[in-house]
Amino acid sequence: MFLDGVRPVSELIKHVSTNGTHAYIDALELKHKELNDLLREMAQKEVTSITVQNVFGQRYIGTRLYFPGLAKKMEIKISPNPGNDLGAFLNGHRLIVYGNAQDGVGNTMDSGEIIIHGRAGDIAAMSMRGGKIFIRDNVGYRAAIHMKEYTGKVPVLVIGGTAQDFFGEYMAGGRVILLGLNLRKNERHKAHYIGTGMHGGVIYLRGCVEEYQLGKEVGIRALDSQDREIVGQYVNEFSSHFGFNPAEILQEKFQKLLPVSARPYGKIYAY
Amino acid sequence: MYSHLLPEFAVERIEDRCIHCRVCERQCATDVHYYDAELDKMFFHEEACVGCQRCAVFCPTNALFIRPHPAEYRPNSSWNREKLQDLKKQAETGGVILTGSGNDKPYRIYWDHLVLNASQVTNPSIDPLREPMELKTFLGRKPDNLEIDLNKEEVKIKSELCSNVSITTPIVFSAMSYGAISYQAFKSLAMAAKKFGTLFNTGEGGLPLNMRKDYGRNAIVQCASGRFGVDLEYLNAACAIEIKIGQGAKPGIGGHLPGEKVSENIAVTRMIPHGTDALSPAPQHDIYSIEDLSMLIYALKEATNYEKPVSVKIAAVHNVAAIASGIVRAGADIVAIDGLRGGTGAAPKAIRDNVGIPLELALAAVDKRLREEGIRNKCSILAAGGIRCSADVMKAIALGADAVYIGTAALVAMGCTLCQKCYTGKCTWGICTQDPYLSKRLNPEITGQRLINLLSGWSHEIKEMLGGMGINAIESLRGNREHLRGVGLAEWELDVLGVKGAGE
Repeated sequence: MFLDGVRPVSELIKHVSTNGTHAYIDALELKHKELNDLLREMAQKEVTSITVQNVFGQRYIGTRLYFPGLAKKMEIKISPNPGNDLGAFLNGHRLIVYGNAQDGVGNTMDSGEIIIHGRAGDIAAMSMRGGKIFIRDNVGYRAAIHMKEYTGKVPVLVIGGTAQDFFGEYMAGGRVILLGLNLRKNERHKAHYIGTGMHGGVIYLRGCVEEYQLGKEVGIRALDSQDREIVGQYVNEFSSHFGFNPAEILQEKFQKLLPVSARPYGKIYAY
Repeated sequence: MYSHLLPEFAVERIEDRCIHCRVCERQCATDVHYYDAELDKMFFHEEACVGCQRCAVFCPTNALFIRPHPAEYRPNSSWNREKLQDLKKQAETGGVILTGSGNDKPYRIYWDHLVLNASQVTNPSIDPLREPMELKTFLGRKPDNLEIDLNKEEVKIKSELCSNVSITTPIVFSAMSYGAISYQAFKSLAMAAKKFGTLFNTGEGGLPLNMRKDYGRNAIVQCASGRFGVDLEYLNAACAIEIKIGQGAKPGIGGHLPGEKVSENIAVTRMIPHGTDALSPAPQHDIYSIEDLSMLIYALKEATNYEKPVSVKIAAVHNVAAIASGIVRAGADIVAIDGLRGGTGAAPKAIRDNVGIPLELALAAVDKRLREEGIRNKCSILAAGGIRCSADVMKAIALGADAVYIGTAALVAMGCTLCQKCYTGKCTWGICTQDPYLSKRLNPEITGQRLINLLSGWSHEIKEMLGGMGINAIESLRGNREHLRGVGLAEWELDVLGVKGAGE
C-alpha cells in the first residue's frame, strides 16, 4: 500500500546532486521507498556522506543500506523530521537528525550511531543490540524496551530529557542513561513502571525518581567507580554532540537501576 | 516430586524376558529404571515415567509394557483425573500448569467430518504414475492483473511481479526454534527441506551462522517479539521472513526459554548472554495496530531490499477473518493461520486447551472473507495446527490454503510420541532437549531422511487423490469446496466451512 506510484531511480535522480564523496538529496515529495532507493543508489557509488533535506516523515532511513561483504559505512545528515523506524536494523551507519524523530528510532538496531538534535517518539531503541543512540530531548513511551547485549556488543542509549512510562521494560542488556536535563530542580522523572520485567543491563538515572515509579523487578543502587567511568564517558560524548557542559551534568546525583533477578519469571510454573 | 499424585503411567516388566541388559536404564531420561547389582534385578520408580515409550521400543526382549496407570479416582465426568491431578499440583506449588505439544482435548476435528470427491464415469480420473501431476506451489503475493506485451514471437510480462517462493509440494515445516528443539532436530528439518525442495521455519531462535549458506534458501526466518538473533544478515540469508504475532497453542501470550536451556551455541544464535532467560514479550511492542504491523512489514521489506515475501503468522481466534483482511491490507504476502491444535514446546495448559478456534473453521472463514473482498490474490495462506496426514492437507487446500505447515507430524516422524513433556527439556527422543547425551540420539542424516520419506509418501498420496478427482494440478483444488462434503455437521458449521452436506 506504500508502493503505489513509486517512481524508478532514473526519474528521481534529479533530487540528487553530488560533490565528490558527498551527496545532497532533496526529499521533498519523495515516498519512503523512493528516498531509500536513492540512498541505496548513492551508497553503491563512491559517496560516503549524504545530506538529506526536506525530510517530512519518510520512514526507514538507513535500513536498506546493507551490502554483504561491503564494509563501507555512511554518514547521513537528515533534517528536519524523519518518519518512523529511523535506522531500524541499522548496520553500522551514522545518522544525524537536525530536528525531531518519531516512533521506533533504532528499532532492532545492530550497530552504528544515531544522534538526534531534538526529541524522539515511542519505543526508541526497541530491541537494540549494538551501537549508540544519543537523543537531546525527551523520548516517548517504552524507550529501551527489550534492549539486549551479547558478548562484546553492548548497546548504549543516552537521553538528555526525560522518558514516558515503561522506560526500560523487559530490558535484557545494554546501558541506558537518562539525564533529565529539562527537569526543574527537584522535579521527578515522568515515567512509571520503569524497568518492568527487566532482567539484564543497567539504567543510570540522573535526577529524582520515587520508588513507586519503578517496576518490581528493579532495584536502586549507588554508582561505583566503574559506573562513574561509564557514565562520564557517555556524558562527555553526549555533551560533545549537543554542546553541553559535561562537568555540570555530572555534578548532579546519579542512581543505578539494576534487575533484582536474571530470571524474574523463573518460579511461576508448576512442572 | 509431588506428594498426593497418582503415577501417570504403570511400568510392567516381564521378569522372564528381562536379560538385565540395562538398555532401559540408559535410554530413560527421567531415571525410571535402575539396576540393583546385589539382587541382579531391574527395578523402577514408576511415578517418574512420562510414557514416552523409549524403553519399551528399545528393550531387545520386549520385556517392558508402559500403559496409562490403572489406578483411578471414583469416575466423574466433570472432575476427571486430569483436573484432580492438576489441582493437586497447583495446591503444592502455586504455579501455572505447563504442558507441551498440542491441545489434546476432544474438540470436534472437522477434518474427520469432511470427505473428498472422486471422478466416476462423467469425467475420467487420472493415474499419477503415468501422467504428470503438478504439486509445485508458489508462496507470495500475486498481481491483480497481468499485462502482457506481445511483440511478434516474443511474449513479455509488463506487470511488476512480487517475489514468490517456489516449493515442490504444498507442505512446509512449521516454526520450531533452535533452543526449543535440539540442533540435531533443527538440522534434520533443514536438510529435509532442502533436499525435497520445500521450506523449514527457524522459529524465533535465530539461524545458526554455519547453516546460513547451505540452508538459508530453504529457510523462513522469524521476527518475533523477542527479536532474538534478528539482524540484516539473518534476514537476508532467508527466502522469506515471518512476523510471528501468535501461535495456535498459546494465542496472546509470549514465551520464556529458561536460562538453563540457553547453552553456548544457543546464546550465540539468539545473540543473548549464555544462561540468561530468553523472554519473548506477549505482543511485539512496535505493533499495537494494523498500521503498526504494516510498519514492521515494510521495515522488513526495506531490510531485504523488497526481495523476499513477508509472512504474518497469527493464532486462529474469534475474529480471524477480519484480522487476516487487515494483515493483507497491511502488506503481508503470506498469512499463516495456526489453529487450536497447534503444537508448542511449552505453554500454560489452561491456554493451550481453551484459547483459540479450530483451524478448519478459521481457514475457511479467512479464505471466504478475502475472496469476498477481492484481495485473496494478494497473499498466500499457510494453514497450521493439527495437520496429521495427506488427506488433511488436501482438505485444507480445498478450504482455501495455499500450503500447510506441519510441526507435530514432522516431530512424530523424527521419533516423538507426544508425551507432552517437551517443557522439561528431557526428551528421550533427542528432539526437545539441549542435553548432548540425549540430542546425539538423532543423526540428522537419518532423521532428515525420515522426514523426506514422510514428504514423499504424503506427496504421492496427494497426487493419487488429485488424480482420483480428475485434477492434475494442486492449484485446481485450491479453495475448490465443490470437492468437499460435510458429514455429521450442523447447518452453521457447513455454512462457516462453505461446504455442502454429503449427498447434496
